[in-house]
Amino acid sequence: MQHVLWLVPTLPLLGSIVLMLGTGRLSHRAEALIGVLSVGLAAVIVFAIAGAFLLDPPAGAAYQQALWRWFAVGHFSFGLALRVDPLSLLMMLITSGVGFLIHLFSTEFMEGEDGYGRFFAYLNLFVAAMLLLVMADNFLALYAGWEGVGLCSYLLIGFWWRDPANGLAARKAFIVTRVGDTAFLIGLLLIASRLGTLNIAGAMRDAAHTWHVGSPAATLIAFLLLGGAVGKSAQLPLQTWLPDAMAGPTPVSALIHAATMVTAGVYLIARTHVLFLLAPAAEITVGIVGAATLLLAGFSALAQNDIKRILAYSTMSQIGYMFLALGVGAWRAAMFHFMTHAFFKALLFLSAGTVTMRLHHEQDIYRMGGLARRLPAAFWSFLIGSAALAALPLITSGFYSKEAILSGAWADGNGGRVLWLAGVIGAFVTGIYIFRAVFIAFFGEEHTHVSGSYGWRVIVPLLVLSVLSLVGGFIELPSAFGHVTLLSRLLAPVLPPTREVTDITPLLLASAASILGIALAAVLYWRPSRPPAETPLWRFWHGAAGFDLLYDRLLVRPVIWAARVDRDDFIDSFYDGIAWATQALHRAIRRTQTGRVRLYAASLAIGSVGLIAIAVLR
Amino acid sequence: MILFWLLIFPAIGGGLAWIAGGRNPDAPRWVSIAVLTLELLMALPLIGAAAAPGHGAWIAQLDAPWIPQLGISFELDLDGLSLVLILLTIVLSLICVVISWTEITDRSGLFHANLLWTTTGVIGVFLALDLFLFFFFWELMLVPMYFMIALWGHENRSYAAIKFFLFTQGSGLLMLVSILVLVFSHQHATGDLTFNYFALLGTKMSPTTGFLLMLGFFIAFAVKLPAVPFHTWLPDAHTEAPTAGSVLLAGILLKTGAYGLIRFVVPLFPAAAHAFAPVAMVLAVAGILYGALLAYGQNDLKRLVAYSSISHMGFVLLGVFAWSTLALQGVVAQMVAHGISTGALFVLVGALQERIHTRDMRRMGGLWGQVPRLSACGMFFAVASLGLPGLGNFIGEFLILLGSFRASVVFTVIATFGLVAAAAYSLLLVQRAFHGAVQEPTHHHTIADLSPPHLAVMAVLVVAIVGLGLYPQPVFDEVAPGLSAVQHSAAVSASLPQHVAERAP
Repeated sequence: MQHVLWLVPTLPLLGSIVLMLGTGRLSHRAEALIGVLSVGLAAVIVFAIAGAFLLDPPAGAAYQQALWRWFAVGHFSFGLALRVDPLSLLMMLITSGVGFLIHLFSTEFMEGEDGYGRFFAYLNLFVAAMLLLVMADNFLALYAGWEGVGLCSYLLIGFWWRDPANGLAARKAFIVTRVGDTAFLIGLLLIASRLGTLNIAGAMRDAAHTWHVGSPAATLIAFLLLGGAVGKSAQLPLQTWLPDAMAGPTPVSALIHAATMVTAGVYLIARTHVLFLLAPAAEITVGIVGAATLLLAGFSALAQNDIKRILAYSTMSQIGYMFLALGVGAWRAAMFHFMTHAFFKALLFLSAGTVTMRLHHEQDIYRMGGLARRLPAAFWSFLIGSAALAALPLITSGFYSKEAILSGAWADGNGGRVLWLAGVIGAFVTGIYIFRAVFIAFFGEEHTHVSGSYGWRVIVPLLVLSVLSLVGGFIELPSAFGHVTLLSRLLAPVLPPTREVTDITPLLLASAASILGIALAAVLYWRPSRPPAETPLWRFWHGAAGFDLLYDRLLVRPVIWAARVDRDDFIDSFYDGIAWATQALHRAIRRTQTGRVRLYAASLAIGSVGLIAIAVLR
Repeated sequence: MILFWLLIFPAIGGGLAWIAGGRNPDAPRWVSIAVLTLELLMALPLIGAAAAPGHGAWIAQLDAPWIPQLGISFELDLDGLSLVLILLTIVLSLICVVISWTEITDRSGLFHANLLWTTTGVIGVFLALDLFLFFFFWELMLVPMYFMIALWGHENRSYAAIKFFLFTQGSGLLMLVSILVLVFSHQHATGDLTFNYFALLGTKMSPTTGFLLMLGFFIAFAVKLPAVPFHTWLPDAHTEAPTAGSVLLAGILLKTGAYGLIRFVVPLFPAAAHAFAPVAMVLAVAGILYGALLAYGQNDLKRLVAYSSISHMGFVLLGVFAWSTLALQGVVAQMVAHGISTGALFVLVGALQERIHTRDMRRMGGLWGQVPRLSACGMFFAVASLGLPGLGNFIGEFLILLGSFRASVVFTVIATFGLVAAAAYSLLLVQRAFHGAVQEPTHHHTIADLSPPHLAVMAVLVVAIVGLGLYPQPVFDEVAPGLSAVQHSAAVSASLPQHVAERAP
């Protein structure tokens, strides 16, 4: 199986290249076919690899395939090699599988759009970059995938390029995440110069041998990697790009939020967990960042009326849960939640997309209403996705993964209890904000006329994702429920275990929080309501606690101001000054050349007298 | 002898092109293409010949007496570093001929003569290792370039041409003084009057003299590079020059500055360069960030690209003064990648100006709908220039940063902010020119997309930058012996602490 690894990222990449070169020469049908099949084939290969991996685990619990030597300079050699261990495998399954469903959905969603082929070219490239990111065996190749993902997010968020607002959102996504990437890159420089290698497995092994727990080098590197992770995963303080990222077509949001991009940070920290175990300060920071972000995003989601913005904040919040899990050492729980989140978030975005595509791109939930009867497929999908997001106990996958995270936090001792509480409050808020959207958009009166229809390419992805959102959690059950631990066993060779919790109290409390949240939403929004008044508090949360404003005033505007003011480069005025002074001198001296003999004679006489006077008086 | 032909061939070709121009305006183009193709065919077999036993890093050498009374000889030497830069020069010159096909219609004979003579001068700079001869070529390459700007440039061409000439000429004089003092110091110490590079390596002199001489060389090369604060000639010259002039300036002439730093400044004055390194690094970092800030503020598309060069060349300066194997290899990769990507951007700006008769981005926008191929190429090279992994520029920047990290953590960390800044101005370029709403001058009439010759040029450049990004090893292998030789001679000629010469891990 390891000889076909290269095909996995290459197929979508090839699809992307063919689509780019064939722009204007291929029919829409051919473009759709290339776009979907390249990812579909990659997904089939990934599933085959997974099957082979599970039936006959390879030595060292990883497949490896060296491709070529990228470059070797001095004592450094960077090979381009792929490595698939269970952690990568899980990521690959989600990226290619969910990615394929999103592609299939897009073929219908984007029908008739200008730049149909370009869209699939970018989408394919996105999947290829993400697959490279999770399959890379050294940090530099990982970084290449990491930047590639950033580029694709830029291309897709700004896909509708005629509107400058989309371009702004796209550039914001790229530049804000690049701030994080820069921290990541400095971390890589540090790893390379301290450990002498950028091979991930090798560096982690050396790190564990070289550094003791709490050593400054490990801590510094862990913090720098965290900087990269918060950028890509839209966590505090680099979270501001994500809500604007919905400027792109809805399937793009599904791809960014579920299958690629924002999960990259979670993957990076899980991949380098050895470093974070050596740096407790960094690890607890991960947890705090996660907890703070999940609360901030949860409250912000409450104050949004745009359905895609609500979902965007919910992603930020759910990734916050994953960070929380990473911060308390519940590594496997983080990956579990990553998986279930991919299912239900893709489902939510795609079903929101089916709603907006039938409502003339209306995204305001207050302008929807009554959709449960008109769009049953979209309604049931959105409902299932919302239930999973709100972690409705027992029947949804989100319940099991969130439970795994919260029990991990509970088990982490005193500090963990605080994070646990934040998580429980978050669960309560999640129930409110998502069911607020459900009740307002799908019940009550109809505000916008529903038109058009959708075919199997929309229904099938919704169906598959709905089923996965419901049953996807059964592969890993809390110990109170039985002993199903498929995911833990899969991830066991890569990620250390979490302490078991036998106490059932936290589980009951968290379940109660979810149900209470949903119930409160039902009480508040079951009956038709009007858009909320713009109180200062509402505005505060609507603007996500003013981070955008802060960065705008503190960073963006001063830089733009400086660039404007110095457009003509003040240094050049120095040279212009020299030129001016030379010319002025030239003019002054030229004036003495008058051609009048009397003047020359007079100055000659005065000069002579002066010279003689100096000579005599000395 | 191959070196002599390599040098003289484009010079003769330039004369032929001029003569041919008298008969048919297209004849000089074909003459230039033929000459440069032959030149390329002469240079290509030299690849891989490095490190032939007994010659060290030198692939080919030529030493003919010229003015023996003054110790001046016609000394040409080619190592991998020179070869890579010469190949870049030839390829970009070829591209310049192709892209000038429709742009230059006035006095095409003289234009192509100047183009080929510039090529001659640059190749001479990369080959000459007699300091007098080097200076001769250094000055020689300015003159035809001056005429290219002054005769075929845009609105403000005479100002730009004179500014270009004064900056380079003035700094060149400093170098001449330094060369003379160096030669006389050497004569004073050994009794031997010579301008030979190899003889002058390791000349004994007082630290103060060494420092001042180093400064003379440094300023000349820093003006060419350009480094802040000597950069202000560049935006004017690049912007006002015809497209081919901009491509040559950015693609090749700037590299002569970097080449001079590597070949002369550090090996001749290792101790002084070591002492000066912190200052140079400050200038490098300042260039990276300040160049990016200026690029961000421009309304003129060509000026934006010009200022981005200052930012990219800051990385080169940083790498040279880090002086480790990693950093120097990074410098080479950065030079080649910058030549390709910035060259491509200038070609695109030129093509755009030919179509819509403006470089003002306030009057552009929405071009993707009209000229999708041109816009896609523009976006591709903008992305290359912001350092996306997988494309050549990333390799250069990464290696420079990795190599500089040991020399100075602080400057390296500040330099990485340049990556964020590069993203800001590159994407702004894409936004203002190709995306957004359609503006007035392009609104009414349709404009043509890239022509087949332009597309071919773009294809070559795309393949080159992707190749350099995915498999740069051939370049590294080619220049490695030459780089280790300059590092070695720097270490020996100073008999300095070893760490100055070799900081590689």
